[in-house]
Amino acid sequence: MSARLFEKMIRPCLSNPWLDLSHDGAMIRLEGRRIAFSTDSYVIQPIIFPGGNIGELAVNGTVNDLACCGARPMYISLGLILEEGLEMEVLWKIICSVREAADRAGVKVVTGDTKVVDRGKADRIFINTSGIGIIGEETEVSPASCRPGDKILLSGKIAEHGIAIMSTRTGLEFDSPIVSDTAPLNHMVEKIMASGAGIRVMRDPTRGGVASALNEISRSCGYRFIIREKDIPVAGAVQGACEILGLDPLYIANEGKLLLIVDPGDEQKVLKIIRADPLGKEAACIGEVLDSRDKLVEMETVIGSTRIVDMISGEQLPRIC
Amino acid sequence: MTHHNTLPLKYIDEYRDARLVKELAGKIQRETRHPWTIMEICGGQTHSILKFRLEDLLPPEITLIHGPGCPVCVTPTEKIDRAIDLAGRHGVILASFGDMLRVPGSETDLLSAKAAGGDVRMVYSPLDVLKIAGDNPTRQVVFFGVGFETTAPANALAVIEARNRGLKNFFLLSSHVLVPPAIRTLLNEGGGRIHAFLAAGHVCTVMGYEEYIPIAATYRTPIVVTGFEPVDILQGILHAVRLLAKKEYRVHNAYARAVKKEGNPAAKALIREIFQVTDREWRGMGTIPMSGLELSPAWAEFDAEKAFEFRVKKKHGAGKCLAGEVLQGKILPAQCAEFGKTCTPEHPLGAPMVSSEGTCAAYFRYGKYQNNRS
Repeated sequence: MSARLFEKMIRPCLSNPWLDLSHDGAMIRLEGRRIAFSTDSYVIQPIIFPGGNIGELAVNGTVNDLACCGARPMYISLGLILEEGLEMEVLWKIICSVREAADRAGVKVVTGDTKVVDRGKADRIFINTSGIGIIGEETEVSPASCRPGDKILLSGKIAEHGIAIMSTRTGLEFDSPIVSDTAPLNHMVEKIMASGAGIRVMRDPTRGGVASALNEISRSCGYRFIIREKDIPVAGAVQGACEILGLDPLYIANEGKLLLIVDPGDEQKVLKIIRADPLGKEAACIGEVLDSRDKLVEMETVIGSTRIVDMISGEQLPRIC
Repeated sequence: MTHHNTLPLKYIDEYRDARLVKELAGKIQRETRHPWTIMEICGGQTHSILKFRLEDLLPPEITLIHGPGCPVCVTPTEKIDRAIDLAGRHGVILASFGDMLRVPGSETDLLSAKAAGGDVRMVYSPLDVLKIAGDNPTRQVVFFGVGFETTAPANALAVIEARNRGLKNFFLLSSHVLVPPAIRTLLNEGGGRIHAFLAAGHVCTVMGYEEYIPIAATYRTPIVVTGFEPVDILQGILHAVRLLAKKEYRVHNAYARAVKKEGNPAAKALIREIFQVTDREWRGMGTIPMSGLELSPAWAEFDAEKAFEFRVKKKHGAGKCLAGEVLQGKILPAQCAEFGKTCTPEHPLGAPMVSSEGTCAAYFRYGKYQNNRS
């Protein structure tokens, strides 16, 4: 729905070369310096979930969008819309975790705005964060640089955020609870960029999951991708929850995972850097760019057959039986 | 997918074993002697077949056709219109399962009713609806309960629990359907085009497979009860091929890890206590005698059909959508002119494009239509 609104109304009306790229963050030039600029609004329920809350999510989300532009995130803004009646201790907890998340990512919250609206006019708390970061002069990350043979890497296990949120709604309980993976990726990205490795694209596969991110990249670079199901890291409990609910983990949101396409010669070097980071221990190479210009993402399944992994149409809804 | 730092996912990973799959596919290749058409009843199996591209492993003589086993797909338009009618009323909360909310009625769907201001809630269990009813004593809370024999026991339990809790504001809008009468209808009308069936493992876990024995014998059509993973489905196909080769028209249980001949007696007793069998319209298939469940008179106080007056008129014609033909396995989704063009999961014309158990959605999602893609 929001993608359609963007395509049908927002982009046609506000079109410019930066917006038209429809990237999670814009890369702009300001008085000679290259800057990444991004914004995101957080309207999730529940606002406190296993592994985090809306406050740190709002910081990490914008930090990660900036990092995926190849930028060093610097300053962020914090816009709060509070529904009358939100408990003060809940708000305090959220603000404290904004602070902790900003410290962890090494960014400063330098401006903000707080509005309180009547009961029923919002759902407890909505947060918007915007952020800017500096991009190095030599940095060039864009889908257009993808080449056949490039490797597709993933920094860890997928679908944890989406399933953590869903498990609170469904009352599903697990022996070891599934917690959100919300985390800032900028330190990991900085180490990767500093290594001089050939990085084509970086994405933070949030809503729509790894499958949607890969389809978007494939469509903008024009090449076919292949991924191997057996190489995609998924926690057993997450896979189990997906089986029960009839969901595909490839389409479920992550909030602290990095998806990269890299020069094949740098695959091992980049994997080593990611695995040395506390957030990237389970990093894996999950596939590669093929020499076929048909903009498809295909997957070799665990049983050895191959199928298309398409862009999701509509949202995934839990099945009946 | 790999499950890092954890044990293999029990009852899943071993049934997606590439070596076992290859072995079974080889046996099916060697033992298939004639062109045979096998229908899997259940939409969950249809999705597995497409998700793992199992047809690529089968010999060309085997044709799989997909059956009507998608609960939201066969829910009649009129029932959905009734649910939408209720959802739009002041003082009513309408609750249902996720994929029911997007299925088009004759004019709109429940999510649109929600967008228009109706109080529509997505639930994961009928027991969640009891909590909503308890928390909202001044509202009338209606659960739109659809599904086959699999979901009927839990919905029956919710009705019993509503009485135990003294809830006067909980109602069930029941659209339960039964599998065996649908199989009979398909065989009566099929003119010999279906040679064997794969029966749904979860339905038989509840009901057992005694009802299928006379069907297999009468219609000289083997029925194999099986599960949902690639190994299960291939095992099911292999047993069907063996029964066909030997001309043995009986039921084989290839899902013995879950299914007993008599089923689950406690679940069956719940269904019998709360529901009675009735004629039911199946969307796209017409009315099938004695194929639905409705609340029995002893529980009529919870029956939404009796508690509310409906303002819904019966409408006919599904336009250009060929869902009925797809549901009966008469055509494949791509043979419908609207498939993937005017009809997509985002803008479904028919129910099979909505549900994660619908055949059209499976073909769309798993790229069977890739050559037509823009």
